[in-house]
Amino acid sequence: MAPPEAAAPATAGPEPATAPAVLEARGVSKRFPGVVALDDVSFTLRAGETHALVGENGAGKSTLIKVLTGVHRPDSGELLLAGRQMHFARPFEAQQAGISTIYQEVNLVPLMSVARNIFLGREPTSRLGLIDFARMHREAAGLLAGFGVRVDPRRPLHTLGVGTQQMVALARAVSVEARVVVMDEPTSSLEPREVETLFRVIGDLRRQNIAVLYVSHRMDELYRICDRVTVLRDGRHIHTGDLADIDRMQLVSMMLGREVTEVRRHGVTAFGDEGHDVARTPVLTATGLTRRHQLDAVGLELHAGEVLGLGGLLGSGRSETAKALAGALALDAGEITVAGRPMRRTTSARAIRAGISLLPEDRKAEGIVPGLSVRENIVLAAMPRLSRAGIVSRRRQDRIVDIFMKRLRIKASSPEQQVGELSGGNQQKVLLARWLCLEPKVLLLDEPTRGIDVGAKAEVQALIDELAQEGLAVLLISSDIEELVEGSDRIVVLRGGAVAGELTGDQVGESTLLQVLADHAPPAAADAADAVPGPGTEAAPHIPAGAPAGKEDPR
Amino acid sequence: MTTQATVAPGRALSRLPGPAWFQEYGVYAAVAALLVFNAAFTEHFLTVDNLRTQLVQVAPVVIVALGMALVIGTEGVDLSVGSTMALAAALLPLYLGYGLVPALLVAVLAGAVVGAVNGTLVSVVGLQPIVATLALFVGGRGLALVVADGQLKQIANPDLLALGTGSFLGIPLVVLIAGALALAVAFLVHRTTFGRQVVAIGGNRPAAALAGLPVKRVLTGVYVLCGVFAALAGVLATARLTASDPSSLGNLMELSAITAVVVGGTPLSGGSVRVLGTVAGALLMQLLRATLVKHDLPDSTAQMAQAAIILAAVYVARERRSR
Ligand SMILES: Nc1ncnc2c1ncn2[C@@H]1O[C@H](COP(=O)(O)OP(=O)(O)OP(=O)(O)O)[C@@H](O)[C@H]1O
Ligand SMILES: [Mg+2]
Repeated sequence: MAPPEAAAPATAGPEPATAPAVLEARGVSKRFPGVVALDDVSFTLRAGETHALVGENGAGKSTLIKVLTGVHRPDSGELLLAGRQMHFARPFEAQQAGISTIYQEVNLVPLMSVARNIFLGREPTSRLGLIDFARMHREAAGLLAGFGVRVDPRRPLHTLGVGTQQMVALARAVSVEARVVVMDEPTSSLEPREVETLFRVIGDLRRQNIAVLYVSHRMDELYRICDRVTVLRDGRHIHTGDLADIDRMQLVSMMLGREVTEVRRHGVTAFGDEGHDVARTPVLTATGLTRRHQLDAVGLELHAGEVLGLGGLLGSGRSETAKALAGALALDAGEITVAGRPMRRTTSARAIRAGISLLPEDRKAEGIVPGLSVRENIVLAAMPRLSRAGIVSRRRQDRIVDIFMKRLRIKASSPEQQVGELSGGNQQKVLLARWLCLEPKVLLLDEPTRGIDVGAKAEVQALIDELAQEGLAVLLISSDIEELVEGSDRIVVLRGGAVAGELTGDQVGESTLLQVLADHAPPAAADAADAVPGPGTEAAPHIPAGAPAGKEDPR
Repeated sequence: MTTQATVAPGRALSRLPGPAWFQEYGVYAAVAALLVFNAAFTEHFLTVDNLRTQLVQVAPVVIVALGMALVIGTEGVDLSVGSTMALAAALLPLYLGYGLVPALLVAVLAGAVVGAVNGTLVSVVGLQPIVATLALFVGGRGLALVVADGQLKQIANPDLLALGTGSFLGIPLVVLIAGALALAVAFLVHRTTFGRQVVAIGGNRPAAALAGLPVKRVLTGVYVLCGVFAALAGVLATARLTASDPSSLGNLMELSAITAVVVGGTPLSGGSVRVLGTVAGALLMQLLRATLVKHDLPDSTAQMAQAAIILAAVYVARERRSR
């Protein structure tokens, strides 16, 4: 199935080839203990262009951005803004100079309100020099509405879902007067509809002759919105050029450093074509899962050897369902049975003992323990099993850690490196390893490939396939529609915290899914939609306003 | 969220040790520097007698600080340790009639109960550690005074007195006990599941909970340990004083303990416990005070010097975290 967004690259705006350089790095190097994150990298961003920065996990993309924006100081090399040399001591100075950045890990203040976060450092003030809250809230609400986000700007930021937080960061980034906007994986936690909003915003920026530096692991996005591309590999500059001149395969092969023919063997996703041998009796049955304002009598069955996709928009209750199944969300009502045995008063520990593992959505807040080593993060949940009489056994730990670091190709200077120092994608792999080493029966994956590079993504997808083949029951949540459709044997769609439909067998397809997501029509009516490209593909991202999308993820 | 605000000025540019180095080794360097200074400029400092005195004086602080380090490692704090010492001291004379061991057990049990209450308030009720332990900070001493009738009692039990003054192979018993406990806590933190879970919970509590760690049990356990250590320190301090003095024993002990932990390089934000650093932190503060006293500087100067060291420690920790 062709990706719906394979449109020609946008051509509006000034001719990038003639535009002057706004931001430039010359021979920049940056070393961290044990790794060379950037090795003599030169890079030019021209006025008004949208420039893609790509590379594998740990290639140095985020580090380059941090060097450009004053978070890190380069060990050598120089930085130029509009031809003038500059030294930012702090990110704030870069911001003052007109470089606005959305970092990979949302860097807002969780306890402050949405409005304060947007206006932090430039709050509108009244005549007495006090913050004019009324105006600030009004402007924040207006700004967010322009992004299709309707939240009360007085709410503390941490009560919003990751995707919504990302939109707040976006609103902040483009509302400051900037010459350059830098976005490090902005779409990794966004829904298709919000991605559209983002692209619209990028289009506006281009028309205002503002340069955008854009990092993403999603190839299709790059070809849609970017003019030029720079490829990094292992901290070195590999290529810069017009995106129109190279195709997807060439780009991937440059990122991975492998031959094109070798890359071509992988398809769009790495899931196998055939379905899996699905067991008749379910491993896990959930009925009537209910929690006020979040879940409304959700029921589903997970079978051994099956990948069940969970579809839905932001705030539809997918993550909440997964959490409830893993005992991490208290329920008002509902019953969960594992292998025929009902679980009473589920807690995370009990769920894990029953063989249920949850890879949580929010890697930073709920996943990694940043100060601990890669090894300790991997064995965190399995520690009791790898200990004798309460005393940890390094030998057993090292064995497990070694296996998974190899299998998932985790890039770290050693198993003893702090996880907080790893690149985003490698942190994600560490978390996957944490859950896989428990050898679960049921694996709940909430956005398992978020922030993972193409190579690793294919590996993870192949791994999911393989695990299902081995008889695991997998629940897959992904805002990447392609991944959800290709990876799932069956898809349950949630809307507003309730089951809105189920796609089985031949119904599992992109257009059918988009219809069920958007419409209130039962999936039975959408039976033949797979064959009818009509309204499905084109109009897909424009979900009717009636859908509960864009509402904040209730927490 | 990461604080992107400050960046340590180019560590690679200069060879000067940066904040990371200071947080790692600063406290040991400072202890060494003080010893060298005193060896050169203070008379009768490097004598066996004086070193013995210093170690005996610091022992109770070390013991309390070890428990405090565990609590701080979970992003908590225990303000009630001084009151727990007083409570233990008040209970001792009541049970000494049955012998040292029963009296000791009662005192330690009281510490465990105080810790269990603190731990439950923090982990089950969900109070902020400062608030939860403030209750027993106030209430504990009150209870101690009620138990002791508000009176200072002389201790005559020879076994208990021996604990305070005795020594083994020339090393005072209290020092040996403090050293043994430090080794035990170091083992606990680095080699046991419990210890690693303490650190993980301090580092990221939601993640630890999702990974199925027994968060409530571990937190309660940590506060119980802290209470037990405080009670032990109370017993030892009483033995040395040869009197049970619940009205003043352990006053300001919570601050000394927190200072030792922080100066020793354990971050207040949790997620790491530095046992050896804590011991060195307590030693540093003790040596500093002794040095200033021996040079006839007034108490106020000593306090200001301590304040400066605390500020330096907190500053170093802040710099380090923000990268
Ligand atoms: N603060 C740090 N301390 C030590 N090493 C670091 C630090 N930050 C980054 N690194 C290392 O530098 C390398 C480049 O990391 P970077 O975050 O730039 O990768 P990336 O290209 O953004 O990857 P991803 O796609 O996974 O986000 C990695 O090997 C990483 O472990
Ligand atoms: Mg990155």
